[in-house]
Amino acid sequence: MLVVEKNALSEEIESYVEKYGNDRSALLMILHEIQKKHRHISEFAQQEVARLLNIHPVEVYSVISFFAFLNTNPKGRNLVRICQTISCDMKGKKQVVEAIERELGIKIGETTKDNKFTVEYANCLGLCDMGPAMAINDQVFVNLTPEKAVELLAKVK
Amino acid sequence: MENHLTVKLGEKKDRKGPVIFSEYKRGDAIRKALSMSREDILFELKDSKLKGRGGAGFPTSTKWMLTAAAKAEKKFIICNADEGEPGTFKDRVLLMEYPELVFDGMVVGGYTIGAQLGIVYLRGEYEYLLKPLEDYLEEMRKDNLLGKNILGKEGFDFDIEIVLGSGAYVCGEETALIESLEGHRGEPRNRPPYPINTGFLGRPTSVNNVETLAAVSHIVVKGGKWFAKYGTDKSSGSKLFSVSGDCERPGVYELPWGTKVSELLELVGAKNAKAVQIGGASGHCIPKSQFDRTLAYEDIPTGGSVMIFNENRDMLKVLKNFMEFFVDESCGQCTPCRIGNVKLLEGVEMIEKGNYTFAHINKLKDLGRTMQLASKCGLGQSSPNPFISILENFKDEIFNRGNGGRNGR
Amino acid sequence: MEDKKSLRAPVSQKPHVIPKPEHPEYLGGSITVEINEKKLTVPFGTTILEACKQAQIHIPTLCHHEDLCVAGVCRVCVVEVEGMRTLQASCAFPITAPIKIKTTSNAVRKARKHIIDLLISEHYGECYSCFRNNNCELQSLAKEYGVDHYNFGHVTQPRYEVDNSSYSVVRDMDKCVLCKRCVRTCIDLQEVGVLEAIDRGHNTHIGTFLEKPLAEVICINCGQCINRCPTGALRANDPRDEIWAAIDDPTKHVIIQTAPSPRAAIGEEFGQGPGKSFTGELNTALRRIGFDKVFDTNFAADLTIIEEGTELILRLYKDLVKKEKVALPQFTSCSPGWVKYLEHFYPEYIDHLSSAKSPQQMFGALIKTFYAQKAGIDPANIVSVALMPCSAKKFECNRPEMNSSGYKDVDYGLTTRELAQMIKEAGIFLPEMPQSHFDDPFGEASGAGLIFGATGGVMEAALRSVIEFVTGKRVEDVYANADITPVRGFEGIRYAEIPITEVGPVPKLLQHLIPDWNWLKGATLKIAVAHGTANAKKVMEDIKAGGKFSECHFIEFMACPGGCLGGGGQPIPTNEEIRKKRAEAIYNEDKSLPVRKSHENRHVTELYEMFLTDGPCGHISHKLLHTHYVKRGKYIA
Repeated sequence: MLVVEKNALSEEIESYVEKYGNDRSALLMILHEIQKKHRHISEFAQQEVARLLNIHPVEVYSVISFFAFLNTNPKGRNLVRICQTISCDMKGKKQVVEAIERELGIKIGETTKDNKFTVEYANCLGLCDMGPAMAINDQVFVNLTPEKAVELLAKVK
Repeated sequence: MENHLTVKLGEKKDRKGPVIFSEYKRGDAIRKALSMSREDILFELKDSKLKGRGGAGFPTSTKWMLTAAAKAEKKFIICNADEGEPGTFKDRVLLMEYPELVFDGMVVGGYTIGAQLGIVYLRGEYEYLLKPLEDYLEEMRKDNLLGKNILGKEGFDFDIEIVLGSGAYVCGEETALIESLEGHRGEPRNRPPYPINTGFLGRPTSVNNVETLAAVSHIVVKGGKWFAKYGTDKSSGSKLFSVSGDCERPGVYELPWGTKVSELLELVGAKNAKAVQIGGASGHCIPKSQFDRTLAYEDIPTGGSVMIFNENRDMLKVLKNFMEFFVDESCGQCTPCRIGNVKLLEGVEMIEKGNYTFAHINKLKDLGRTMQLASKCGLGQSSPNPFISILENFKDEIFNRGNGGRNGR
Repeated sequence: MEDKKSLRAPVSQKPHVIPKPEHPEYLGGSITVEINEKKLTVPFGTTILEACKQAQIHIPTLCHHEDLCVAGVCRVCVVEVEGMRTLQASCAFPITAPIKIKTTSNAVRKARKHIIDLLISEHYGECYSCFRNNNCELQSLAKEYGVDHYNFGHVTQPRYEVDNSSYSVVRDMDKCVLCKRCVRTCIDLQEVGVLEAIDRGHNTHIGTFLEKPLAEVICINCGQCINRCPTGALRANDPRDEIWAAIDDPTKHVIIQTAPSPRAAIGEEFGQGPGKSFTGELNTALRRIGFDKVFDTNFAADLTIIEEGTELILRLYKDLVKKEKVALPQFTSCSPGWVKYLEHFYPEYIDHLSSAKSPQQMFGALIKTFYAQKAGIDPANIVSVALMPCSAKKFECNRPEMNSSGYKDVDYGLTTRELAQMIKEAGIFLPEMPQSHFDDPFGEASGAGLIFGATGGVMEAALRSVIEFVTGKRVEDVYANADITPVRGFEGIRYAEIPITEVGPVPKLLQHLIPDWNWLKGATLKIAVAHGTANAKKVMEDIKAGGKFSECHFIEFMACPGGCLGGGGQPIPTNEEIRKKRAEAIYNEDKSLPVRKSHENRHVTELYEMFLTDGPCGHISHKLLHTHYVKRGKYIA
């Protein structure tokens, strides 16, 4: 990582600390902001957060590892999460997943070679009345069919 | 795009219900509450006999009374919008269509218990609601429904923040939620002490479900007695049910407590249902023979998740899905839940493959009972429920599955 | 939200504040509970576990540890509380109402057995291939609950790689039961913060920052986690094989130096209660094992006092007389865990550390120079072993700068536990050995060197010499029996002021350094003692803020609670009672010695006459007995 990049990241994190406070109770929101912007929370970012909140880096890592939506390694530019809970499962989640896997040429949990998509399972997305459901980044899509799911992905940049 | 769930906050679908979905205007509850004494609000709540809508059913008036009575400079009210129970989505509907009920309820709560800050812990899966809800709060601030000296009430300062969860079911447990708000792993705390005296940042904190707060808004405006008219003696008022699975009209329904399972099934157009999972993955699975049971704290208590399975569904597969969920979502701190759920899942897989013994399955059921008793929090205490209830209620189907005559060796 | 301040350490791992009744004398101050139908009155807030202990009812525990805050995670200690739907963890349940408790009901027995079964099902490996065999809390529980087969299967493949990157601590997570004692030790007790729970659910494991090897993170090697681990998941990096090989090699001259703390604790490994030193017996046992020479580390401790004391005097002289800028307070440097802690967490303060090496390393440098010359042995053929209560000493002897003799000054740091194992392998029952003396040319040392083992000991030893040097009076005339009690005890941080009302002549040893003591007349020597790095942190933060500790002249820091006697290489288990007994053993031995001040150790004065001829803090001593430190910082690359 270049020094310039490091400084920029430090400044960015400092701005989050300014916004949410320097107490540990600001941790989740700060991590969320970093995750949202960089799609992961890097080794350096974790240590910066730890420094600014006066906690240990391993504590930051521990919290990140606890939460499913926070990660330390970059994922694809677009994160696709397909609900795997029973209601969506009964409405044809399997077919949707298979179609996506075929279309993108990857398996669940993997990232496409061009880094465009990472596809994962998620536990209940709270859209059980409109299953099968999936989230692409922070947008959610419902009442999917295999065909529609693939069509949606094609529209993603 | 037809599949895209677009959010227009406050835009209501045509929903009918006696309490939650009845007429309400933003700010009504706050206005009314601020004209009342704190004691009077607690009396109304007591009259309403409202119990927590998250599933545990703790009387809201008692919770608020204890938090109000706790001596501390700072107190908090937390809205638990970490709706993660599989099959539950009523809070999403409430937040999207009825934010005024939820936020007004929080303000009333803040006033009643003496809190200065309310925090909405919004599950990460509902991130798309964050911006609209924050905008909504900004509107409330403009109208002085939040902020300093709310609606001219001298000395009543109260604001609401939203904190986003990050994909952990266990954070729906109130102490895990508080831990994660404090920047820790979402691991449930030892209880006692309870959040009412040692909550967020060690201060008295009331954690309430989204639906509870929505109900409070109506109760304050229309009175506790009005609310208690609905439902049964022990389960007053109405309940939102999130209905999904094999039925014609899935969605959120408001029904008075005491409704029979069969009535609900008819309402949603569930033909050929053979089983209903009530209370989500951690709930109980009710077979057809028990469809005349009632949805109420005294019979089948529930946070409102209703998943319907028709005659073609493989109940073992359903069970497996649930157990996988718990293995995924256990926080992992206590032994019974961390390892126990894995053992139960292994048991399900053994049945699936046909290489089980009844002796072992019975041992696992026994283990499940220990998990119910000895786990640290509600997750581990309830995760064996589907294992025990599905294997019990559907044993003929499950143990007579055809797999090469290797059953029950 | 100016008031948003959370507790430093994980709240779930802290005992929660229970609101106390406002008038304990009339209401609720004490509560009568019923345990197994027996009535018992306990103070408000007592945990069920403590109450049961008072009632002499045994409750099995695993995650509970007396030194640490509550966790309530293993669930082995569950009991039934009447009126509650679920079982309650007795370690975490404070009694605030007159409850009825059952500790042996069917549900309780079954739950405990299930929990033990579950833990064992995931515990990889077999007891007979584990160094904690017969001293393992999981094994004991299995025995207590009559486990005779694997009820829920048993893992047959390891899930984790063993991390033996560190010179000091080896982590084998396949043996971990996730009691989190190490996490609570590392974060709360020591405030180092290297270990935490990582991932969740069944994947939860204890890990470091980004799963880096322990050697690459800011571990200070104190080994306190090892002492508190209930199983074999944490252990010290064991050099026994190499030492046996050296002993077996006839071309090698194998020397062992023994520190006082292991001598006061090794009996525990042989079934003896804590609180008795086995110094003489150990000397005999070590010779029978095959060590060629057995030396007393206390000799080097005495030397440390002279060097470090002189350094302090010189710093004070520069500060007060020459008005030069010097780093004060001076910090002790004999605890390698503390040294590394400072290098990581307060690197800007490393020039406060005494440049004097620790006794182990001073001795190492002398063995391969002075002793080698004297005995006519090629230092290349000397294998120098140090018996230490400490896991960090293993790291210390491997620091690259520790080769002033031209060789690795100390080849192996050996812990009390590991030596006990060697003694057992040699078929020796230590307590029955006849006593014998240490070998010349270093002989027996003073009581001052001996008390280095207890917190406050280095300070007391230094004071015994400094007071006599400066005032010319006998310490016994100032402190009865030369016991400088203000610096003794187990309080985490201790502070004392010693006014210097009169001064005497400068002793011969120091005459070439300072002309007289007049500049110290009327001064007050301010000193402090801190043990456990959490306490060290408090002192350091105070110094940073310019508080009273920044005014101190000399501060003793020990990484481990209790000092060396509570070190990471000491017998397991540990608790405050055990540590106090070990301290008693050390102070009793001190009392019994004819020489109790470092400067009165004849062998030390001879060494200055014969070898370190330009005196304390002279060139020779600087080359061999002093060192420098590294600004490590906290950043993990």
